[in-house]
Amino acid sequence: MRKICLTVVGMYITFIHAFSQTSSHDSTGYKSKKLSLDEINLVSSYYNQTADKSAVMGGRTDSKGNGDVVDFANGLDIKFIGWDKKMRKNSLSAGLGIDYHTAASQAFVDSNGRARNDGTRIYPTLDWTIENEKKGTEFGLGAYYSAEHNYYHSIGLNTSFSKKTKTNGEFSIKLTGYFDRIHMIKPSEFIPVDSVKNIPPTDSIIYVTTASGRTVATSYNSGQVLSRGSRNETPTEPRTTLTASFSFSQVFNQRLQGSITTDIVYQHGYLGLPFHRVYFNDGKDTIENLPSERFKLPIGIRLNYFLGDRIIIRTYYRLYIDNWGLMSHTANIEVPVKITPFVSLSPFYRYYVQTAADYFAPYAVHSPQDPYYTSNYALAAFQSHFFGLGLRLAPPNGIMMKSLSMLEIRYGHYTQSTNLTSDMISLNLKFK
Amino acid sequence: MKLNNLKKLLSLFMAAVGLTSCVQVKEYQKSRINDSEMALSNRKAEKNELNAQSYREGSSGANGGKTGGGCGCN
Repeated sequence: MRKICLTVVGMYITFIHAFSQTSSHDSTGYKSKKLSLDEINLVSSYYNQTADKSAVMGGRTDSKGNGDVVDFANGLDIKFIGWDKKMRKNSLSAGLGIDYHTAASQAFVDSNGRARNDGTRIYPTLDWTIENEKKGTEFGLGAYYSAEHNYYHSIGLNTSFSKKTKTNGEFSIKLTGYFDRIHMIKPSEFIPVDSVKNIPPTDSIIYVTTASGRTVATSYNSGQVLSRGSRNETPTEPRTTLTASFSFSQVFNQRLQGSITTDIVYQHGYLGLPFHRVYFNDGKDTIENLPSERFKLPIGIRLNYFLGDRIIIRTYYRLYIDNWGLMSHTANIEVPVKITPFVSLSPFYRYYVQTAADYFAPYAVHSPQDPYYTSNYALAAFQSHFFGLGLRLAPPNGIMMKSLSMLEIRYGHYTQSTNLTSDMISLNLKFK
Repeated sequence: MKLNNLKKLLSLFMAAVGLTSCVQVKEYQKSRINDSEMALSNRKAEKNELNAQSYREGSSGANGGKTGGGCGCN
């Protein structure tokens, strides 16, 4: 693995060096332009899911396996653009996302179903790119942070480089690292009750593990909290994700363009989640246990074709394989129809099918002798369908006000053969 | 089996490139190619759809979305 990493880094440095900027003196008299606000994007989504077989309850299909989720996500991106003395275009993007969700399964981190069932995730991002339009090169750096109460944090860093070819093509490479720490929040039956101090155990007290990993003593009758354990007692485990992305896009003719992208992904660390139960075939339960390494290799192809003057056909196919035995195919088609030059309607359909990971088995099927085990249905064999409609408005004089240059709304309905269905509606407002 | 699939996929794309890449397109001929609906990337409004799919399904990546990081635990 170390050899692969060093090879990829070496290739990247060689690549950058080959196209790096030369320090020639600028004699054009061109003056730099400071960063100024270019656009603001607001993206909001509402997601509603119904499911059974939740991973927290080890794939149980009764009421305790309820996998219903509601999520409300809001993101704000602000982009600034400027030109430096060498006529290079500098773009700086700052983003902030806040999600709020409720999840029925989260309550069952406590075996009595009394744990907190909601949570908030906050994720700021920062990206900077510098583009030399004359040479057709672009270099970028990015940083990402995410925190939620049951995950501790995720820190992401990336760097990218792209180079246009003389024949309407473009190569790009991007290296990304995510460095996560996971709160080791175990289901309540695996937490010793003596972590809650000063309350003598009696029949009238029950101990509840909250979704934030804290153990509290509560009155059985009133539900009143009598004592709280310390959150600091919850240990964390690392998870690292390293990705090398390679992409090539090409304009084929006046109506057709396409791209091919591959991500080489290596994950290391704690790759399960500590509050996902597994029930063995002897009736006992434990938490899921997955290998500490995973290699992923997805390859995606896009082809977009402009048919006539009003219809665009957007297609996408992805083949995915990994070393956990999971293989999937994704096929997507979207057909935007321009009702006017500035208004388009876009019906879309996505089909997805995957095989099961080697370590998956449903509720009460795993044997205690299995080296690895999970009952998380994201790793089961299934197929899914996603279809819906988008509406995009982008009149040249803005929508109601001049600064609102684009409005896009999308609705999609998702069904998975594991009995999971969801609906999502998203809104994107762009201000220039 | 898996390597054969990869080879077929790459061959298909290379054949498509080979068959069509001979046509030179000048900048003034790119009015359709430069249309915002022709972009070879996801729409911003798709971001949360991709997130939800990557957490509900076992695979991710090669689509401009995330390849890891964060929880999506629920």
